[in-house]
Amino acid sequence: MSKSPYLDIKKDFPVLNREFDGKPLVYLDTAATSQKPTVVIDAMDHFYRESYGTVRRGVYRLSEKATQAYESTRHKVAKLINASSDREIIYTRGCTESLNLVAYSYGRSVLKSGDEIILSQIEHHANIVPWQIVREMTGAVIKIIPCNDRGELFLEEYRKLLSPRAKIVAVNHVSNALGTINPIKEIAKLAHEAGAVMVVDGAQSISHMTVDVQDLGADFYAFSSHKMFGPTGAGILYGRYDLLEKMPPFQGGGDMIRQVTFEKTTYQDPPHRFEAGTPSIVEVLGLGVAVDYLQSVGLDKIAGHEHALLEYGTKLLSGIPGVRLIGTAEHKGAILGFELDGVHPHDIGTLLDMDGIAIRAGHHCAQPTMQRFGVPATARASLGPYNTEADLDALAAGIQKIRGMFHH
Amino acid sequence: MSQANELYQQVILDHNRNPRNYHPMPDATYACQGYNPLCGDNITIFAKADATGQTLEDLSFQGNGCAICKASSSLMTSQLKGKPVSEARELFQEFHAMVKGDLDPETAPNHLGKLKLFQGVKEYSSRIKCATLAWHALMGALDRKETTSTE
Repeated sequence: MSKSPYLDIKKDFPVLNREFDGKPLVYLDTAATSQKPTVVIDAMDHFYRESYGTVRRGVYRLSEKATQAYESTRHKVAKLINASSDREIIYTRGCTESLNLVAYSYGRSVLKSGDEIILSQIEHHANIVPWQIVREMTGAVIKIIPCNDRGELFLEEYRKLLSPRAKIVAVNHVSNALGTINPIKEIAKLAHEAGAVMVVDGAQSISHMTVDVQDLGADFYAFSSHKMFGPTGAGILYGRYDLLEKMPPFQGGGDMIRQVTFEKTTYQDPPHRFEAGTPSIVEVLGLGVAVDYLQSVGLDKIAGHEHALLEYGTKLLSGIPGVRLIGTAEHKGAILGFELDGVHPHDIGTLLDMDGIAIRAGHHCAQPTMQRFGVPATARASLGPYNTEADLDALAAGIQKIRGMFHH
Repeated sequence: MSQANELYQQVILDHNRNPRNYHPMPDATYACQGYNPLCGDNITIFAKADATGQTLEDLSFQGNGCAICKASSSLMTSQLKGKPVSEARELFQEFHAMVKGDLDPETAPNHLGKLKLFQGVKEYSSRIKCATLAWHALMGALDRKETTSTE
């Protein structure tokens, strides 16, 4: 007998055991934010009650303990993504801030008028808008890698875009609206051959697959704690140390300096150069516990679980008349974007919610992706390792019910 | 489905399927496109005033939106035909207050009539703008704006 591909970890997540109007919550919005396991919630609670103090400032034991816990997360994250050193891990407030940090600090200092930034057609606004802002400041030009009808990038078109003018290539590892897993290793290799650096938006990959930044060839890799079972308010920017070393600060303030006089200020080395002000101490601690949790479950097992669920859900939804899946890449993360003939995604979202099913409806902060597929919005069910086939059965039943309401 | 019946009543579903007054109006005296940046929905409202400019002789709409948005546009244009401009403005205030939960149409005096169907929207704060998009567009049209936004 073959072993089940499925994990059984819903019980680790308290909110997933609650009900709405007597119906169990079916949570299918992990791509927006993941739920939190008891270990993370308890660790943060315990830390506030027993060990809370500032970090990297106090000389008292409370602060020294807090600092140790805080810095230990840096090591855990470095191990998680196979960074070559803890110094390559910068704490931010989230993936969006991480991408802004690269754009403002690296982008603004290297880009000259006419230099090119290459993005893909299927980016989240967080990996578009910061580059547009930097384009305005520097006179750089943005070029776009197009995608096919399945949502896969045309690498031939990408090759044609690359020239000595290309300085930055910024692409997501997994598309949040379509689920496409982009071939980052290949994209990075080509970027490097053209002399550009590779920036990866890892928001949708970090908790779903094993990520090895060195193997991928990522020069920068950005992600959020809250999408990997940790709290909101914390994020990570991985950056290759030789690049970080040359970068100017992103924000100025306490803790990022070596010496300050009114005439001149000298800065810390990375990563602290990029960490101005009191950070999200407890959130970073929570992130560390989330990383422990992820590794105890096992990223390969999570990937296997989600892949099996994606196949199950794809089959289920494809079998419903009037459902059109948007995003059908061959290599795909556990995201099911869809349309239902004659029913607006917002109506789908509200009606499913009445049955306790939480999905996302809208443009998913990826309006250019919606434009590419000619839709104003989609409904999106996104999966995590705590989801089950029963969750997808509930989704399919809910969609069938809505069809009945709108089409009878 | 008791809650669903409150928000997605048959009349609303019917107006979504077969929207009334769903056509452009080349000789409109007023026209304004309403846009909801949260969801990308857009509805253009057309209105024709009589010679005095005081009465709305005809109304129509076109655009894309969810069932709540389309049914609201359909019912609004139906209800306001032949009504004075001043009454349209007054009804907008009442409708807005109702969907925000500030006016209970079952107890407070009002002129909402059929529009009371939309009172269930107050339970869904993210959907209030769907119900009011057509109204914002109409107010924009009457104020001689070409576009308006719910934000």
